[in-house]
Amino acid sequence: MGVGIEVKDLNAWFGKAQVLKGINIKVAANAVTAVIGPSGCGKSTFIRCLNRMHETNPDAHLSGSVQVGDIDVYNPGTDAVDVRRRIGMVFQKPNPFPTMSIYDNVAAGLRLNGYKKRHDLDVAVESSLRMAALWDEVKDVMKKKSGSSLSGGQQQRLCIARALAVQPELLLMDEPASALDPISTGKIEELIFQLKAQYTVVIVTHNMQQAARVADNTGFFLMGKLIEYDKTEKIFTTPSDKRTEDYITGRFG
Amino acid sequence: MRSRFQLGLDELKERLLEMGGMAEAAVELAADSYRKRDGRLAQQVFEREKMINQSERTIDEMAVDLLAMQQPMATDLRFVLAVLKINSDLERVGDLAVNIAQRSLDLAQEPEVEIPVDIARMTTAVSTMVRRALESFLSAKAEVAQAVLEMDNIVDRMKDEAFINLVAQMKNNPDNVRPYLDVLLITRSLERIADHATNIAEDVIFWVSGADVRHNARFSQEPDSDAPRRQ
Repeated sequence: MGVGIEVKDLNAWFGKAQVLKGINIKVAANAVTAVIGPSGCGKSTFIRCLNRMHETNPDAHLSGSVQVGDIDVYNPGTDAVDVRRRIGMVFQKPNPFPTMSIYDNVAAGLRLNGYKKRHDLDVAVESSLRMAALWDEVKDVMKKKSGSSLSGGQQQRLCIARALAVQPELLLMDEPASALDPISTGKIEELIFQLKAQYTVVIVTHNMQQAARVADNTGFFLMGKLIEYDKTEKIFTTPSDKRTEDYITGRFG
Repeated sequence: MRSRFQLGLDELKERLLEMGGMAEAAVELAADSYRKRDGRLAQQVFEREKMINQSERTIDEMAVDLLAMQQPMATDLRFVLAVLKINSDLERVGDLAVNIAQRSLDLAQEPEVEIPVDIARMTTAVSTMVRRALESFLSAKAEVAQAVLEMDNIVDRMKDEAFINLVAQMKNNPDNVRPYLDVLLITRSLERIADHATNIAEDVIFWVSGADVRHNARFSQEPDSDAPRRQ
């Protein structure tokens, strides 16, 4: 089951440039939360702070606390690798392991986590591919064809299957459909909607119609600050803050 | 430079105001045709109604195009939705003006009888409501729209009063039931026009503030208890 997130007084920097300023937010479990805002507003940095990806940049640092379910993400005793296993991430550009078969792409994370028995792997791979709505399209070729032989939309669903295989508690998606055509985008969106039954999903998107279609709640970021956070229908019909209104009606940004 | 989208919104607003002007004029002409017992004025109402119907179709098409092509959000979305609804209300105002004109034509065929209803006063109140509702749309002022809502009760009372007086006259003068019935139907149409003006005002409030004040619903500024909040 998905878990809730609580972020307190989160500040993040790249060198001396502060990119997140005093973020406080509670994200509901088993819901889809969209993060929107103009380029450079800090939305991608925000989700990269949730699974300790931010610190992989050499000059990046942060302050504040992030609690994901029972994980105190920035507790000195917390292992960053364990955090990233428990919090899956899908990126803008599909990035399957190019030389591995479709099957091995999904199984890779499982093998790293100690899965050895063939049968266990088969079951987990099938379940992940089914959850990512890719099983029917690849079941006959998944051991012969490489991940990179798939179409862009299929590759992205493969990356989602790969992320789901290790049974994360939270799934982060950074513009997962921005490089896809409308049909593939529709499939990814449908998938996101279904995933929330089992996962908490946080999605960064530039596409406001997409946020409106998939998200239960939406947060608007501007210049490193969380300006407004509310139910999605409220944000897109009657936002409370003029800056949100101006952004979503295209008057700036 | 205004964007193509903004130009589309501005044009939609202009067209709706134009249609509002036609509907308002149709009501005035219909009332004049009653007052002056003038069939030519009634004919003009019928002509206006055709123009209003044409406008309704044009505005609907423009609004649907904007929804499909521009996917408006927030205040722009509320604006287009309000325009679609106001468009229907104005078309109905045109139909009701035709009803009044038809009853006026009938009345003009009958011998003139004394009517115990101040139709002129009722018409003034209803026309004012329509005009103010359109003004609130033009100026995007919720307080002007709110004043229209408050006038609706006055018109309702006028109609109730007219009903009592006309029924009494029908009982006293059964030979003149036909003209009294015509006038009763005119007051009914005027009262319906006031209802449409009220709808328009409610739609303006929705567009401007996002509040749904229909059916006497109160707009609450209190946050929705289960909505997520910034901590």
